[in-house]
Amino acid sequence: MATLTADHLTDEQIEALGAELDALRAEVVASLGERDARYIHKVIKTQRALEVSARGLLLFAKFPPAWIAGTAALSVAKILENMELGHNIMHGQWDWMRDPKIHSTTWEWDHACASEGWKKSHNFEHHTYTNVLGKDRDLGYSIMRVSADQEWHPAHLMQPVYNQLLAAFFEWGVAFYDLEFDLVKDGTKSKEAFKADAMRLWRKARRQLAKDFILYPAMSGPKGFLASAAASLVANTVRNFWAHAVIFCGHFPEGVETFPEEQLEGETRGQWYVRQMMGSANLSGGPLFHTMTGNLSHQIEHHIFPDIPSNRYVEIAPRVREICKRYGLNYTTGPLTKQYGTVLRKISRYALPRRAEQRAALAHRTRSIAALPVRSEAPETQQPVRLAG
Amino acid sequence: MVHWREIGSRAAARARDVANLLTTPLLPDDMLGTLNPVWSTTEPAGRVVAVRRETADTSTLLIQTGPRHHRHRPGQYVGVGTRLDGVWHWRTYSATSRPDDRLLAVTVTAIPGGTVSGALAHATPVGTVLRLGPPAGEFVLPEPVPEKLLFVTAGSGITPVMGMLRHLAATRPDSLAGAVAVHCDRTAEDVVFGAELRALASATGMRLVERHTALDGRLTPDALTSLVPDWAARQTWACGPAGLLDDLGDWWDRHGDADVLHVERFVAPRPAAGAGTGGRVRFTTSKVETEAAPGEPLMLAGETAGALLPNGCRMGICHTCVGRLLSGAVTNLHTGELHDTPGEPVRTCVSGAAGDVEIEL
Repeated sequence: MATLTADHLTDEQIEALGAELDALRAEVVASLGERDARYIHKVIKTQRALEVSARGLLLFAKFPPAWIAGTAALSVAKILENMELGHNIMHGQWDWMRDPKIHSTTWEWDHACASEGWKKSHNFEHHTYTNVLGKDRDLGYSIMRVSADQEWHPAHLMQPVYNQLLAAFFEWGVAFYDLEFDLVKDGTKSKEAFKADAMRLWRKARRQLAKDFILYPAMSGPKGFLASAAASLVANTVRNFWAHAVIFCGHFPEGVETFPEEQLEGETRGQWYVRQMMGSANLSGGPLFHTMTGNLSHQIEHHIFPDIPSNRYVEIAPRVREICKRYGLNYTTGPLTKQYGTVLRKISRYALPRRAEQRAALAHRTRSIAALPVRSEAPETQQPVRLAG
Repeated sequence: MVHWREIGSRAAARARDVANLLTTPLLPDDMLGTLNPVWSTTEPAGRVVAVRRETADTSTLLIQTGPRHHRHRPGQYVGVGTRLDGVWHWRTYSATSRPDDRLLAVTVTAIPGGTVSGALAHATPVGTVLRLGPPAGEFVLPEPVPEKLLFVTAGSGITPVMGMLRHLAATRPDSLAGAVAVHCDRTAEDVVFGAELRALASATGMRLVERHTALDGRLTPDALTSLVPDWAARQTWACGPAGLLDDLGDWWDRHGDADVLHVERFVAPRPAAGAGTGGRVRFTTSKVETEAAPGEPLMLAGETAGALLPNGCRMGICHTCVGRLLSGAVTNLHTGELHDTPGEPVRTCVSGAAGDVEIEL
């Protein structure tokens, strides 16, 4: 296996690491119980209470205090619903409870993108091919260049701008990106399949739009209509910026690696684990912060165990970190502001073509990337400690 | 002419559409169910309001049901779902209350080593929310009620019959005047509903024969015929351990009219020897693929692998768990029968894999 930061590990060491993580996973799965069930029920109740309160307050949207409180509550409700509930439930993290109401096959989220298509593109494609160039379509969402190994196109010059646009309309970005228009263009997706997906998007999206921008505003009365619609727009946009920031910090900050397609050939379980850990980054923060990110602040833990209940990530994080340290592997983490800063810097840097990009990067780099087999994007992270022996 | 009814139903449908849109992508019902699980119509539930200890191993749970619970017919069972250590488990129990009672009663006997029955019988605090399946089962009295009735029960087999007896005693006590009930249990103390049965017998004129097997030994068809000489002239309802029911079935086949014997089995018959070779099973809708061991029900294999499969009695009675066979073959674990017709509905709770198999669930 040819990743840079794991190059010092022998095949045996990588498989031993895989076995350790398998054992950790088995331990968590065996200990799931009432405590976890209570957690998810509590989040569901809190989220629904917030949403109902928000909609109640927004009936009086023309009064500024009600508008502010209602919009804030609705933003938080939408964030919780998408991140700690929707994303995690659709991953199957709560399927073990055998509750048809809280199950990956039945959950539908408060999002323009229908759950069915999202589960395929996210659970399967992104989680299987994480950070593999040409396979993981989430790598820059097929419109951005986030790795030196992606080919440069003049359109990338504008990517710092359209990254902000993507952030503002992230929900719609995800929904339209799921139609895989790029695959229709190159002929790998049939027009019929595209049409069926587009119809599904339309059916889902029109209900979302009708709820947020017609029905609830109408209930606020003629004088409150616009204020209430604006509240929906603000809440959706706040959620969009937040989700975009958290998700981009999960895979694109400095220190996170990308992989060539050859990596997948004959990849073992241990190598898969290493790729997941090297291709993900965490965010540091308190319990409330973790919940508001849907525990994607533990992106590393989520990527090695995508279907372990999210409340457990924070508990196993110290052990995963210890394993990484013992094997001399990077465990990328940092506060949101710092991590997001490196993401934005990277998006600006790779907006430029390679030669100019290299020149710009040279000043910061301590070593040349050209001599290395696979590009590290870790100019600012420390070299891992090598294993003795 | 104005069709008020049509306008009304259209208005109701429109109101429902608006309510659905208000809660989209959830249902209004999900919100109600979050406030109070008993209000849910899509996941009907009930709240335990009292627990009556019947014997050392048996309790009756008195349940306040929600708006969507259908009335049972005496003798039917209901699916009962309970959350144990975070996980929902389903079992079926006979309703022992009368259909008109305000509370639904189910009577649960703790099976030695059974985690679900043990928890329900011994560790169900008042206030517990249980999910409820629709009443089901063909072990019911016909209309009109036959003139000459015989009930043969053993152990917890009394429970569906108790539902019938209470109903008849309250609505048509005269129909019990010539009836006979033969009930077996280890000792007098072990008899569930013992005092009530005795009182009911003396009030209606029903003949109650209690057989205490610790002293008198197991009930055999021979012993039954000497206890009830006119057995062949009676419509008989029997419920109890598989051994007793098998014996009675054989006896009625050989010496009587098998059509007048109605039996209810609680415990699934033992898997036929060597049933099911096992194999890879794929649940196409759930997109779950897993290995089913020889003799392992497909449902169990799927659930272990994380699939959410419809389930009810889990013993081949209720047909809640049926899925279409898309390819491959399954073995009925009770009879050893092989099913390999594509498109055939199979009960996943009593079917094992016979090689690789695909089920549309």
